[in-house]
Amino acid sequence: MNAIDVREAITRAHREEWARVVAVLTRRFGDLDIAEEAAAEAFATAVERWPTVGVPPNPGAWLTTTASRKAIDRIRRENKRDEKQREAHMLSADNPPEPPGAIDDERLRLLFTCCHPALAMEIRVALTLRMVGGLTVPEIARAFLVQESTMERRITRAKAKIKAARIPYRVPSPEDLPARVFGVLAVLFLVFNEGYLATGSDTDPIRQDLTAEAIRLTRLLRALMPQDGEVAGLLALMLFIEARRTARVSASGELVTLDEQDRATWDATLLAEGHQLVRERLAAAAAGVAPGRYQILAAINAVHTCVRDARDTDWAQVVTLYDQLVRLDPSPIIALNRAIAVAELDGPHVALAAVERLEDELAGYHPYQATRAELLRRLGHSQQARAAYDKAIGLAGNTAEIAHLRRRRDQLG
Amino acid sequence: MQYLISVIDDETTSPTPAELAAAGAFNDRLKTEGHFVFAGGLAALSTATVIDNRNGEPVFTDGPFLESKEYFGGLWIIEAPDLDVAIKLAAEGSRQCNRRVEVRPFHSE
Repeated sequence: MNAIDVREAITRAHREEWARVVAVLTRRFGDLDIAEEAAAEAFATAVERWPTVGVPPNPGAWLTTTASRKAIDRIRRENKRDEKQREAHMLSADNPPEPPGAIDDERLRLLFTCCHPALAMEIRVALTLRMVGGLTVPEIARAFLVQESTMERRITRAKAKIKAARIPYRVPSPEDLPARVFGVLAVLFLVFNEGYLATGSDTDPIRQDLTAEAIRLTRLLRALMPQDGEVAGLLALMLFIEARRTARVSASGELVTLDEQDRATWDATLLAEGHQLVRERLAAAAAGVAPGRYQILAAINAVHTCVRDARDTDWAQVVTLYDQLVRLDPSPIIALNRAIAVAELDGPHVALAAVERLEDELAGYHPYQATRAELLRRLGHSQQARAAYDKAIGLAGNTAEIAHLRRRRDQLG
Repeated sequence: MQYLISVIDDETTSPTPAELAAAGAFNDRLKTEGHFVFAGGLAALSTATVIDNRNGEPVFTDGPFLESKEYFGGLWIIEAPDLDVAIKLAAEGSRQCNRRVEVRPFHSE
């Protein structure tokens, strides 16, 4: 096996096995710190050894065994005083191989622990990316534009809280599960959105590393909880958005809106997978299972992506879906998005009235000002439109969006 | 594992008889279910005295150690196997006494 093949095997093992190794070790040793460091050491050992001795037939098992040994070494080094007790614990916990399916449970436990509601949202995101995603601390710090030392402190503090406050390492009980799954999905969608609409003047407008990681983790959750409709819904939603990624920013780095995108460049494979998931959820809805917000958002995206030309979009269907969403989540942001669809169905006049009712709540939210600007433009109110574009530009943080808004403003007569 | 549930109070309200009764009923439930260690409400903030005897010569100051809009109004100490259980009990306590609460574990070594 040549050096490139070995490197690929290591990369693949890292992607596929990291969460398992961390999860199994957390279970075995009851400590996220030990699990994470031992997993990192095991992968470092693989990088060292696999090029000379070859890739083992079962990389996952090799990594878990190696990591377990590293963890035991570390516990022995650090806990001389209660060595006997620790060794007794290790003997009882070390042995039996997990029954089939148990590994999935371990990873699910790890994900729910990292996304525990007693942790701040930003900490849940960081911890999930580190422990489940296997991203390094510098990578996570870069993704969220904070100092490496700050991110390191956040993760350390979170692990200490989990230990000291005894945040349990388990999948929540059935009555708590829906609420907790929703929290996990919110973390994953936040990671996706940070990749999709990256903020900061020095970053790429789209961080594909983050969108890809969010999709990978959502796929993992989907594999672990195939019955959950909202997990399927969020995965479909991400796939639809990801499928349009390359069409969304022009060669000159400017945002291209949905109606102007070159639909031939959309990723057909991702779209097909998204549509398949939506069909599956529609069948469940027909059987009486009420869809949640991610499923409805996915359905809206399915309507947008099933036509070859933006002019053929079934806007009545989109508005109907938004009506359903408003009933579930009467937030002003949902109302704003509904108004955008209303503009296509009932005209910009009706939509502008609906949008301006949201002024008090959304005046500082750039999509509000951008939407208002577009509607004012369509109604021929150039001066007001210009002022709204200026406000939107001042509030936006994504470089591609700012470029788009500037051009639209400068086109006004 | 023991957790402290602190009741966060402010100057604008004092507990009503109904709130006290609800908190009492909650205490009974904690006892029945084996979570109860201790509970108590504190008298008004103005009754506090701060004592500093770090230098062997006690200095007394009339009033609480910090001035703030919100203060520590009472507490539960509960026994719970993990934070999920503690959080659930604290949520129930918050509803019964009609105040915000904070949950914090005791050092466990």
